[in-house]
Amino acid sequence: MGEPTQVIPVFSGPQCAPSNPFCWDWITANWSSILGPSLVQHIYITLIAVVVGLVISVAAALFAFSRNWFAGGFLAFSTFLYTIPSLAFFLMFVPITGLSLTTIEIGLTSYTLLLLFRNTLTGLRTVPRSAVEAAEGMGLTPQQILFRIRLPLALPSIMAGVRIAAVTVISLATIAASVAPLGLGKPIFDAIHTLFDTELVAAALLTIALALVTDVIVVGLQYLVTPWTRVRR
Amino acid sequence: MSETTTERPAADIVFDHVTKRYPGQETPALDDLSMTVPAGETCCLVGPSGGGKTTAMKLVNRLIDFESGDITIGGNSIRAVDVTTLRRDIGYVIQQVGLFPHMTIAGNIAVIPGLLGWSKDRIRKRTDELLDLVRLDRSFGTRYPAQLSGGQQQRVGLARALAVDPPVMLMDEPFGALDPITRTEIQDEFLNLESEISKTVIFVTHDIDEAIKMGDKIAVLRQGGVLAQYGTADELLAHPADDYVADFVGADRGLKRLSLRRMREVVNGSAAAPDDAPAVDADASLRIGLSTLFASGASAVRVTDGGRVLGAVTLDQLQSAVTRSTS
Repeated sequence: MGEPTQVIPVFSGPQCAPSNPFCWDWITANWSSILGPSLVQHIYITLIAVVVGLVISVAAALFAFSRNWFAGGFLAFSTFLYTIPSLAFFLMFVPITGLSLTTIEIGLTSYTLLLLFRNTLTGLRTVPRSAVEAAEGMGLTPQQILFRIRLPLALPSIMAGVRIAAVTVISLATIAASVAPLGLGKPIFDAIHTLFDTELVAAALLTIALALVTDVIVVGLQYLVTPWTRVRR
Repeated sequence: MSETTTERPAADIVFDHVTKRYPGQETPALDDLSMTVPAGETCCLVGPSGGGKTTAMKLVNRLIDFESGDITIGGNSIRAVDVTTLRRDIGYVIQQVGLFPHMTIAGNIAVIPGLLGWSKDRIRKRTDELLDLVRLDRSFGTRYPAQLSGGQQQRVGLARALAVDPPVMLMDEPFGALDPITRTEIQDEFLNLESEISKTVIFVTHDIDEAIKMGDKIAVLRQGGVLAQYGTADELLAHPADDYVADFVGADRGLKRLSLRRMREVVNGSAAAPDDAPAVDADASLRIGLSTLFASGASAVRVTDGGRVLGAVTLDQLQSAVTRSTS
């Protein structure tokens, strides 16, 4: 018999024992090949889902503003989507769009709709009555009031929705890796089938860090786009 | 004349047998209202809640539609133009001001000029001009409404309403939410401002004293939207049309009439004031004169204009100024 065969040759370097749950050497050795690219994929998966979800939700909310039948309908529809178990949702579209990014994005985007639509519509509806009355009296058309007064004043509410939606999508996107091998879910799913924990722990920690950083960025963005909310007498 | 100060002449507002009935209500909100507000004058609409004063005002810019009768501005029916155009030509000021919280003060003032396609330069000039007019520092332009006090916000509300120099202004209890000191101050400034810019104003208030102070004419409405009396403050106070109007203008209407005249109008130049006579400014109201007279115990007051003594006013003169029939 020669040398004993390495149990996990791919994932563990010579310095990493399988029993070590967090081996820094593995992380530095595999950053550019596994973790880095997965993180970048995770970011754009999230970005696409939130941006597309936001566009659909804001458009739907603007349309729904003066059409209660549509507001009720879209709310029911997006609530229904929200209640579907995520794994089932991803798999549902596989026969149509395959094991692809598109399948993932359909699922993730659907989950943002309820949050973003409801927050946008609430924002549009909770504008100070006096501002709307003044706008009407001054001769702004209903369209101008909607786009120039209500929509900007809904921004704090919309951004609050984006915060929750972004963090939710970051978390759900790890599960999406079971459908298409993309994002930080991929190293997690890969490592589940091995005895080596470092990869799983590292990817999970990266996901959490991404969620925290994203939250801070969205708060910063809100700060930038709603200057009137932070003024003082 | 620069392009920013295209002075537009005021226009008269005529109510011609206007009746407004809300669906499902027995009595009309406004019952066959006919009156003319002459160009450049301020008409105060007073009356109880449910008297139709706000309804009457909101008919003019068609925030409320009416079925019978007509309203004309400068001879043109308000139904002849489209509602957006009509409203942009009418300054609109409400009690709650209704500034747009997400826009700066300059942004608020620029809304309608912007929609009308004014150049940036013209808008900037006009904004500065308006801030000067309502006595706000130009640096306020970059602030947000939340940074301003109630009085300052209403000044911006006025500036915004005046942005495109509309010939007509509608004001719905504009100073009702302000504290008494700020209200008096802004009332005085608005009177000054009105003397500089000629506007036809419909001014809704529930406060008869404010109406007497601000209105060239006062329209007293009663329950059911019926016009009880329409005339100058002096006419209303001297000859109330009926008990309702007399009651509405108040049992102290004799004193209120004193507020309408200046000492300068009744001073007797040939009469010398007694030595103990207190001094009263010529531009003070007769009411101030009476108060000064009573407080001092003298038989007459000395009326002064700057340093100059114009003459004396006695109690008898004050009384005859009120009891004399209106000129």
